[in-house]
Amino acid sequence: MLKILKYSFYDLMRSRWSYIYFAFYLLLGFVLFFLNNDISKAVITLLNVIIVLTPLIGTIFGVMYYYSSREFTELLLAQPLKRSTIFIGQYLGVSLSLSLSLVIGLGIPFVAYGVTRSSAIWDFTSLLITGSFLTFIFVALAYNIALSFNDKIKGFGFAILLWLFMAVVYDGVILLLMMNFRDYPLDKFALFSMMFNPIDLSRVLILLKLDISALLGYTGAVFQKFFGTSRGMLVSMLVLGLWVVLPVWRILRLSGKKDF
Amino acid sequence: MYRISIRIILLLIVLLCCRGHGYANRIRVCAQCQYTSVKAAIAAAGAHDTVFILKGIYRENDIPISKPVVILGEKGAVIDAENKEGIFLVAADSVTISGLTLNNIGRSHTKDLAGIKTLRVKEFLFENNTFNNPFFAFHIQKSKRGIIRNNVIHGNAINEFDSGNGIHMWHCSNIEVTDNKVDHMRDGIYFEFVKHSKVSGNVSRENIRYGLHFMFSNNDEYSHNLFEHNGAGVAVMFSKYIFMRYNTFRLNWGTASYGLLLKEIYDAEIKHNTFEGNTIGINADGSTRINVEENDFINNGWAVKFLGACYSNKFLRNNFIGNAFEIAYKGSLNSNIFDKNFWGEYTGYDLDKDDYGDVPYRPVKLFSYVVNKTPETIVLLRSLFVDIINFSEKVSPIFTPDALKDEHPRMKKMKW
Repeated sequence: MLKILKYSFYDLMRSRWSYIYFAFYLLLGFVLFFLNNDISKAVITLLNVIIVLTPLIGTIFGVMYYYSSREFTELLLAQPLKRSTIFIGQYLGVSLSLSLSLVIGLGIPFVAYGVTRSSAIWDFTSLLITGSFLTFIFVALAYNIALSFNDKIKGFGFAILLWLFMAVVYDGVILLLMMNFRDYPLDKFALFSMMFNPIDLSRVLILLKLDISALLGYTGAVFQKFFGTSRGMLVSMLVLGLWVVLPVWRILRLSGKKDF
Repeated sequence: MYRISIRIILLLIVLLCCRGHGYANRIRVCAQCQYTSVKAAIAAAGAHDTVFILKGIYRENDIPISKPVVILGEKGAVIDAENKEGIFLVAADSVTISGLTLNNIGRSHTKDLAGIKTLRVKEFLFENNTFNNPFFAFHIQKSKRGIIRNNVIHGNAINEFDSGNGIHMWHCSNIEVTDNKVDHMRDGIYFEFVKHSKVSGNVSRENIRYGLHFMFSNNDEYSHNLFEHNGAGVAVMFSKYIFMRYNTFRLNWGTASYGLLLKEIYDAEIKHNTFEGNTIGINADGSTRINVEENDFINNGWAVKFLGACYSNKFLRNNFIGNAFEIAYKGSLNSNIFDKNFWGEYTGYDLDKDDYGDVPYRPVKLFSYVVNKTPETIVLLRSLFVDIINFSEKVSPIFTPDALKDEHPRMKKMKW
């Protein structure tokens, strides 16, 4: 598995897209600091970028990589290798290289502007951690989609739709539901609905650190408990982990059954 | 020349002879002194005597003071009420109590037990005292022209119903409360029917209800205070002509927590204050003719929240920076004015370079309106969908009050 991981990883690391992705974050980081020297503000702006962009890039990259390396995968399948080894190797290769672009690309400007000495270091670290989580989750989801559709166009279409749903539509639906049922106690529903969307979950996780003063601004013991203690952080992290594990498990199942 | 000298000598002789009762005696209290108890010493003291309490722990309570005396404590002089009763009951004018440590005042649900309690007195001075675990530290009733200065009050209040206030005043006037530190009480400083008084330089932290609580108190001023981590921030209610300047309201978090709560306030001035990291910076309910000028609102959940019946308030030249919501507003505009503020989220331009943006700014966002109606939607804060609906509302306002706008938004943060 490690060999395949290594191969995919180096393959992607050499590819132009990884560099562009890396360069984008590098530029974004430097521009943000150039425009405002306040690190905690930069973290908020980055939050907006990361929760939208990492899932998008993750999905597209995942699907693209699967389809473009399809022939090579078939070649590998002819070898005496376990299927799980091949796909998990590829999956990890893609996710790791994307996460690395994110972490290093943002890490350089932040270190250059002295984030290690500031109090925002933990906010920044959690931002990078959730960004990497999102990459892992969405590459896994993309692989799920790609494995389900042999048709490239269909696969891409579904991948984009998935992203659009998670990033925009889901929140809209939740908002409408909450406004329509506002006469009922909604705090549990609000929290649970966040668990079913990794993008929302990561957003809440970071807001727990940044905007807690706003999040505490209404009645509701459930909110108070969740946002006011480290329990919220722990639960969110666990659920994010689950969001990685479940799709990966499905990759294993799908790839085991699939007729190539 | 000779005559004048004689006159002076005569005058001196007269003065020296007549000192008699007028001269203040100094009575010492310690384990080896003539007086070993504070109560006995005060009972024995004459008017305007000084009772000097030396280092040591005195287990006493319920000490009446019925004549004008000065009570001074040496460093390390502790009076411990052992959770039984209050300590000093001041019933005379011109009493000074200074430098003492008053510990463990008893709790009661029928009596207001306090470290220092006064009733109908004038010209008092209570300074440099330390209170540990008091029920009430100061309980000042119907008193005038007093100074409470430089005291430190550490409570350990757990819930509202069996805890007392740090500095509690009722029906008083012309009192100065300066440079005190209060923490872990019910209300740090409590004013009810208090007129013409000043609260300045105090630090009120981690009290379970309000850092400062004004009720029915007119013509008061508070300035240069720090209110931090209080259960519900600072409340100013049912009062007129209150001046609030140079205060800092910080980190008051919670479901019903405000930097500053205004309820039925008329003709107040709020100037040069800093509101930072509160759930709600200013919560205005039924407030009229309030000038909010040159304040900083930084990183609050809501910078300013209007509930209703607010008329003719002016928000001029304030800085709004990094708040999740700048203004929450219900109902019609009621001639409230927002002008020349700096709004962190303003995206307009300034082509004529006069430092004011050329397009007006509308501080109420659609999402703020949504959250007002359905508070739980707050979990969607900063999501892409919310940004999209905010943007579309900004382009053509439908739900948010169209007239609520700042015609001259500043381009840069202001300094004062």
